[in-house]
Amino acid sequence: MEFFETTRPVWYALLILFLPLGAFCFNAFGFRTEFVKKRGHVVPLLGIGTALFLSCSLFKSVVFDHHGTNPEATVAEDSHGVAYDDRFVYWSTEEGLSFPLLEAGDFQIVAGILIDNLTVMMLVVVTLVSFLVHLYSTGYMHGDERYPRFFAFLGLFTFSMLGLILTDNLLLLFCFWELVGLCSYFLIGFWFQQDDPPKASMKAFLTNRFGDVGFLLGILLVYQLFGTLSIPGLEARLRSGEPIPALYNWDPHTLCTLAGLLLFCGPMAKSAQVPMHIWLPDAMAGPTPVSALIHAATMVAAGVYMVGRIFWFFTPEALLFIAVIGMMTAIIAATIGLVHNNIKKVLAYSTCSQLGYMMLALGVGGYGAGIFHLYTHAFFKACLFLCAGSVIHSVHTEDMREMGGLKSKMPVTYKTMMIATLALAGVPFFSGAFSKELIIEHALYWGVHGGILHFLPALFAIVGAVLTFFYMLRLMHLTFWGEPRNKERFDHAHESPPSMTIPLLVLATLSLFSVGWPIPFLGGHAIPEMLPSPPSAVAEALPSIEGGEHGHPGLGYILTSFLVALLVLAVGWLLYRRTYKDQRPGPDAWVRRFPQSYATINGLYFFDEFYQATVVRAGHALSRTFASFDQRVVDGAVNMVGTLGQALGRLHGAIDKTVVDGLVNSFWHLSHLLSRMFRRLQTGNVQDYLTFAVAGVVLVSLMVLFLGS
Amino acid sequence: MPESSLLTAILMTPLVGALAMMCVPSERRDVIKTMAAVFTGLPLLLSIFLYVQFDRANPDYQFVEFHSWVATFNINYHLGVDGLSVPLVFLTCLLLFLGVFSSWNINKATKGFFILLLLLEVGINGVFMSLDFFLFYVFWEVMLLPMYFLIGIWGGPRREYAAIKFFLYTLLGSILMLVAMIAMYLYSGNVGAADGGIGQRTWNLITMAQIGLQGGWAGAPAFLGMQFQHWCFLFLFIGFAIKIPVFPFHTWLPDAHVEAPTAISVILAGILLKLGGYGLLRVNLLCFPDVIWAGGGPTAWATGLALLGMINCVYGAFCAMAQKDFKKLVAYSSVAHMGFVLLGIAAANEAGLAGCTLQMFNHGTSSAMLFLVVGVIYDRAHHRDIEGFGGLAGHMPMYSSVAFLAIFTSLGLPGLAGFWGEAMALVGCYEVFPKITVVSTIGLIVTAAFFLMTIRKVFFGPVQDKYKDYPDLDKREWTCMVPLGLLCILLGWFPMLLLGWMNSSIAKVVEQVRSF
Repeated sequence: MEFFETTRPVWYALLILFLPLGAFCFNAFGFRTEFVKKRGHVVPLLGIGTALFLSCSLFKSVVFDHHGTNPEATVAEDSHGVAYDDRFVYWSTEEGLSFPLLEAGDFQIVAGILIDNLTVMMLVVVTLVSFLVHLYSTGYMHGDERYPRFFAFLGLFTFSMLGLILTDNLLLLFCFWELVGLCSYFLIGFWFQQDDPPKASMKAFLTNRFGDVGFLLGILLVYQLFGTLSIPGLEARLRSGEPIPALYNWDPHTLCTLAGLLLFCGPMAKSAQVPMHIWLPDAMAGPTPVSALIHAATMVAAGVYMVGRIFWFFTPEALLFIAVIGMMTAIIAATIGLVHNNIKKVLAYSTCSQLGYMMLALGVGGYGAGIFHLYTHAFFKACLFLCAGSVIHSVHTEDMREMGGLKSKMPVTYKTMMIATLALAGVPFFSGAFSKELIIEHALYWGVHGGILHFLPALFAIVGAVLTFFYMLRLMHLTFWGEPRNKERFDHAHESPPSMTIPLLVLATLSLFSVGWPIPFLGGHAIPEMLPSPPSAVAEALPSIEGGEHGHPGLGYILTSFLVALLVLAVGWLLYRRTYKDQRPGPDAWVRRFPQSYATINGLYFFDEFYQATVVRAGHALSRTFASFDQRVVDGAVNMVGTLGQALGRLHGAIDKTVVDGLVNSFWHLSHLLSRMFRRLQTGNVQDYLTFAVAGVVLVSLMVLFLGS
Repeated sequence: MPESSLLTAILMTPLVGALAMMCVPSERRDVIKTMAAVFTGLPLLLSIFLYVQFDRANPDYQFVEFHSWVATFNINYHLGVDGLSVPLVFLTCLLLFLGVFSSWNINKATKGFFILLLLLEVGINGVFMSLDFFLFYVFWEVMLLPMYFLIGIWGGPRREYAAIKFFLYTLLGSILMLVAMIAMYLYSGNVGAADGGIGQRTWNLITMAQIGLQGGWAGAPAFLGMQFQHWCFLFLFIGFAIKIPVFPFHTWLPDAHVEAPTAISVILAGILLKLGGYGLLRVNLLCFPDVIWAGGGPTAWATGLALLGMINCVYGAFCAMAQKDFKKLVAYSSVAHMGFVLLGIAAANEAGLAGCTLQMFNHGTSSAMLFLVVGVIYDRAHHRDIEGFGGLAGHMPMYSSVAFLAIFTSLGLPGLAGFWGEAMALVGCYEVFPKITVVSTIGLIVTAAFFLMTIRKVFFGPVQDKYKDYPDLDKREWTCMVPLGLLCILLGWFPMLLLGWMNSSIAKVVEQVRSF
């Protein structure tokens, strides 16, 4: 028993991981039984509920009972929580608990479980949101023909997502990474009889495939450079300070940057970063609970998690790239959110934009800020999506132009959505405020310590925040406030059943009193404090990088960003008032004033058109060219050889017939001719024979006579 | 190793079955089918026994049998298996067994069909077990003939064209192989013990590998400025490349597949293609290691192999994307997948060869499943036009689930078997040929693209009325799919169930190749 006692985290983790898989198997293989057909949600709910309980328990024991691997070090002296080296880490491989998945010579994949603060935080987020989405789906998907199958896929997804979080190996992370993509594919295309979902699911999978190939190449390069794919092993290898080999005539620094960038291709696609964000808005074709779970709270955040997980691996150049991509995403997606009329798509672009914020934060070195935003965002964005789902469930449309005035009809949905909106906008004392301020803080800090261009992320983040507040107010305005624009739909609208509103209430509460907020009874541990920023490991191995510590913005930054946040809210509110409340100038006037910009934004910056004209077209053209080359040239050559062979055969045949056989035949013809000639002699008349005899005698006599002399 | 007749038992049971079947009147179809099931089922059981009994840690040949056959020319009945062949023997027995069930409805000359099927099994297993090059060649040819008739008689509308193309193409390869083989036989007599030979002419593949390892071929006269071993390598390579098939020798494959009946397609893609890869490993790599690897680095020949592998991956995938016929699409996808086999061989390191062998086995299960999937829908719709289907997922849910499993295994989704072959081949190849590997990954994207397009067109979309009444999988079809599906999932999470058996043999091959 002591063995189980000392290795408890592993058993917890394994249970958490396999319970959802069990739920999947139950629903997938028992799909014929009456129980699953009628009550397909029971076992998945139980399974994921237990996993949630275990995750919370693991979270508690990791964060509150152990402050770190060093029992003496409770809370570090400085205000930034536990020091990185003192944080709690449980690596099962180190404890001798691992599974050798694959071995080929030096190449080994040993599956182990890595549990640290980041892991347990993600576990709670995933199991909690997943549980609430399961609960919500019992109402939302009620009566669907393939109700049990939906829950089966939710279970498979949760399993894959948890595997992605728990694994300690880059290649296994990649495996689960693709598996969540598969679940996302099937869930986006859940209503496959319709027109859009199959297209959207294919687009999602293929876009991600592009990213994943980059990810895989990154993994290959990492293995080539360091000979290991185990994440803690890689960190230890880097921190040992052993020099990194130069390959292909490239210096180690460039190689590390390249590896980082290649690895980042994966998150770029999965976390819908510009320019690979195109799949996420389309993915809204899936059922709304799926959008909340996969395309808002968990899977799309997996990219951020992954960057966080190997944060110490990125060189400053790679981080700069990440920051730039995040910044572009934050602003571009936010602008599109301003003009879209589909409630889910506005939220999808908002998700894109917020993921951009997270990447931006990580890129500027704000590890805690980025991960913390992931955490707060998961709850309020899931809440927003589920609220949107509740609205869609009630009015049967996603077009906000058909809504309006629903506030009175759906009070619970309205209130919870309002809370989540305020959290997303970053209104003080709502969860989003803490994380977003942290991001701005770090961006400002980065700007101050860099050149003038280094202020761009901060600037974009601030402008993006204004836009965020504005488009969310617009969304609320079009949906809940004002006059109903479609009387019929309004009349049929109703509040959703408790199975749907309870998850909303829970998520709204979490957006309000986020655990990130230092609440006294939780022991005063804010999420960012429990996530110590890992010092750059790659800097320890590369002498060319100076310093690896990411700085901590001081009090001045905190105050500044707080003021900035207030300013942002004021500007956002003012814009909203003028546009929608007072109608000065009003939305249409804005459009008229900036027709070009509106066309560009409304055309979604023409990313789709661009890819259609380049990648897709090139792919099809190449495929047609190759196929016709194959048929005409390669197979043509084969057939030509065949035809040539036949022609040769015929030629041979002809020669055989005319020359060889002709020769043989000519003997026959000759003898035939001769025989015909000589046959004439054979008349049968004695007189004739006598005549010939006499003639012969005469002839011979003459010959003797002449020749003899 | 004590003398054991297990291999002969596996090899000859189908032959006995075929002979016994000849005595059964042709009208007794169910007797014939049952006999076919029994006489493919028995070797399957024996091959499982072989798999279990096989000593994984031992890199040498096991279950060796040796009997003199034609003493004058030193031809022997010499069988044995190592880690490279054991999984393939099992795969052969499994697919032939399933092949019997998937051809249960064949009513045209049933007796002849099943006799040929059993003979085919003898030929294939013989190639995987032979340690005597002459015997290898005999079995190679034994396998060719039944295949010709199976395609040519029971095939589709253009069956004669396809069968003749298949036959002549393979025969061309065989002849080149024969030339190289005789040359090797003749020269092996000149190689003394110091150079790995035995001082007399031999067909023994083990001795030939010894000669290769000791550099014994180097003394043979060059021809047209190219060394003896390079000529042999080239000839043998072309022979095996046609089977794999390697670009540009691949065009027989789509034709043969399109015309062949389902079971034959399954066997063709599932095993026959692997014979090429196996031959490359067993003969080319082991007998001529220095052609691939010299002076501590890959030779130009290895680069050439890798380049061909890359072309297969990318070109095959692009060609598949343009196909309208479901079966042809799967056939071209095989071309793309076999590219990874070449990449792994070219790299000649543990990871690469592990990738190559995993890919061979896993492609055996996934492509077999895919052809079964195509067969099922062809049985119902009597066409295979991808554009003509739609919405099948709606009323054939079980069928669609199986099809998705096969497709996702085939496109290399992690968690399913297909991933490991591709990943390991790429890992291995990246060490030696980084640029070629990078280009090859384009194939991964294109493969995903055409398979997903197929799913969208065939399985997704609105339900079409004309396909409404199609029954879902029946018991027989289900039986064929389940073992393959289970293997796909199982080997996705436990690749060591396969790799564990092959590792020591792979390590031996690598050691021999890398000694140059």
